[in-house]
Amino acid sequence: MVEETSDQSTEKPAWQDPAAKPFIQIENVSKDFNGFIAVNKVSLDIYQGELFSILGASGCGKTTLLRILAGFERPTTGRILIDGMDMTNIPPYERPINMMFQSYAVFPHMTVEKNVAYGLKKEGIAKEQIQTRVAEMLELVQMTEFAKRKPHQLSGGQLQRVALARALVKKPKVLLLDEPLAALDKKLREHTQFELMNIQDQIGVTFVVVTHDQDEAMILSSRIVVMHKGELIQCGTPKEIYEYPINRYVADFFGTINLFEGNVSRVDDKTMEVECKEISTTVKALSSDTTRVNDQLTIAVRPEKISISKEAPEGEDLSILKGIVWDLGYYGKLSIYKVRTETGKVIQVSAQNRIRSAERVLEWDEEVYLSWDIQSSVVLTE
Amino acid sequence: MNRQRSTFLITVLCFGYAFLYIPIIMVMIYSFNDSRIVSVWGGFSFRWYLALLDNRQIIEAALLSLRIAFISATIATILGTLAGLALTRMGRFRGRILFTGMIVAPLVMPEVITGLSLLLLFVSLQDFIGWPGQRGATTIMIGHITFSMAYVAVIVQSRLMSMDQSLEEAAMDLGGRPFRVTIDITLPIIAPAMLSGWLLAFTLSLDDLVIASFVSGPGASTLPMWIYSKIRLGVTPDINALATIIITIVSIGVVIACWLMLRQEKQRQQDAQLAYKNNL
Ligand SMILES: Nc1ncnc2c1ncn2[C@@H]1O[C@H](COP(=O)(O)OP(=O)(O)O)[C@@H](O)[C@H]1O
Ligand SMILES: [Mg+2]
Repeated sequence: MVEETSDQSTEKPAWQDPAAKPFIQIENVSKDFNGFIAVNKVSLDIYQGELFSILGASGCGKTTLLRILAGFERPTTGRILIDGMDMTNIPPYERPINMMFQSYAVFPHMTVEKNVAYGLKKEGIAKEQIQTRVAEMLELVQMTEFAKRKPHQLSGGQLQRVALARALVKKPKVLLLDEPLAALDKKLREHTQFELMNIQDQIGVTFVVVTHDQDEAMILSSRIVVMHKGELIQCGTPKEIYEYPINRYVADFFGTINLFEGNVSRVDDKTMEVECKEISTTVKALSSDTTRVNDQLTIAVRPEKISISKEAPEGEDLSILKGIVWDLGYYGKLSIYKVRTETGKVIQVSAQNRIRSAERVLEWDEEVYLSWDIQSSVVLTE
Repeated sequence: MNRQRSTFLITVLCFGYAFLYIPIIMVMIYSFNDSRIVSVWGGFSFRWYLALLDNRQIIEAALLSLRIAFISATIATILGTLAGLALTRMGRFRGRILFTGMIVAPLVMPEVITGLSLLLLFVSLQDFIGWPGQRGATTIMIGHITFSMAYVAVIVQSRLMSMDQSLEEAAMDLGGRPFRVTIDITLPIIAPAMLSGWLLAFTLSLDDLVIASFVSGPGASTLPMWIYSKIRLGVTPDINALATIIITIVSIGVVIACWLMLRQEKQRQQDAQLAYKNNL
């Protein structure tokens, strides 16, 4: 389900380079709607050329944050800097930013062509130049043949392209996209996802995408920030967030994860052991400077990090427990096992199918050992 | 039981419609009556229509009415649209609800009160600043603007409230200043609502008798005023012909206004559906 994001370049990404200057700086921004705090003390740096996703459940304040960036809402506190310039009090029509609305907001009384040309006309650009730029942009989004159509003659996917073209034709430094794919059906969504990435790659503009779909964010983004109830929870690359979620909310949000609550029973400089009563096992994990004996915490382990075997595995750094196969499912390249421990807890394990054969290695009710490496135990302290 | 009820309902319905429309139909039929006596059918003819053309007073009153209706509907549409824009697009300001309520008050105000208060206003204005001098066409126009503006404002306001506000935001995002955005985006989209408001204002002005009677002076008689003064001397057949013409004009206006509003309602439903689809 989750693809490894391959690092195409050996260069350090901008957000890890201390010398790099962030392109968008959101500094301690809050938005209070008559006592309802939609965005709460958000600080965030976004770099040039990123495809940055803001992810969160419906109603968590994503759109509000985007509207603050575009200039439609004034933050109650904090400020917005773009390319080093304070934009907090600059109206939307003077910001070097364009937005693609969730409803697409294609002007119903103008043809596709006129819609795309609108922003250029407001800039006072010469007519011939507008024509060539509009034509180029329609070519890019493959809408040339629909140039003379009115919006009500277009499908959802086509409206989305018009909205995209209309925003991009202005050559903005940043494009804000509010749930760009939510209105499309599933098949079209996947196709459009890659198109968006392609277009972003071609013109190199910074994208800030709002979404509530974690798979979409995983595939699209260079970095993701997870929001919950107006606050930022975690910011990082898809891989970081998937493998090292900082709390249960983030862990749960991105796919399945096994959670074991426990108490720290032993700590040294680098490692610790956590006594998990639920599974009556001592789980090994990496410790931090602040870990103390008897601390209560939760260990999270992704299903694909757990190995399943008939023989007891051996290894210094392994956490091992025993159970029986409770349920199993075969999904092409992947097998999903649900293993029940003696204490009754069901643990989900997924394994790549290496042997291409119908014979199953494991069967229902078979006794198995589960084990995972110390690196795979993610410690959640909240 | 069910059957009985339905025959009962149909009878009542027919009776109701007959009550509403038979007088009008009678007027229309008798306008083609060749006889000089209103209640006796003397064959089909257009003579009363031709007679209207010879009657200078009628022609003058009709032209005055049309002129007043046209100008007052136009000004009321401009002012009503501005009021609707201010009430829906200025965000929350102090007393917005009060103002919204106050814009609809003229719709339910008895015409006699509106007419009387306008008359008092003109009289005291005359005392203080020496204007409007002679009461007549101008004062009638002002009177008509004040009450038909409210209708336009309500129609425009409801269209604006159902319009997707992100259209305006998108235009602003693309570099349009607020005033340009209103011209480029908002007005074209609400134009059908403005047109139906104009038509409504036009017909309201055309058939107003009460307010016009209050605020008019000796020189100016609108068509309804002229008819009313004539009818007191007894109904003449040419009045039937005139009434038929007015009914035709007003019906056409109302039908177009209704059609525009229906279309707008359909558009609104489509907008809502689209918004729903996009928010899934
Ligand atoms: N103009 C507004 N006035 C009052 N509350 C608002 C306004 N805009 C948004 N909200 C509230 O702020 C919260 C966050 O909204 P939004 O940013 O649209 O969420 P999301 O896009 O993440 O679904 C919601 O609970 C919403 O009701
Ligand atoms: Mg939203």
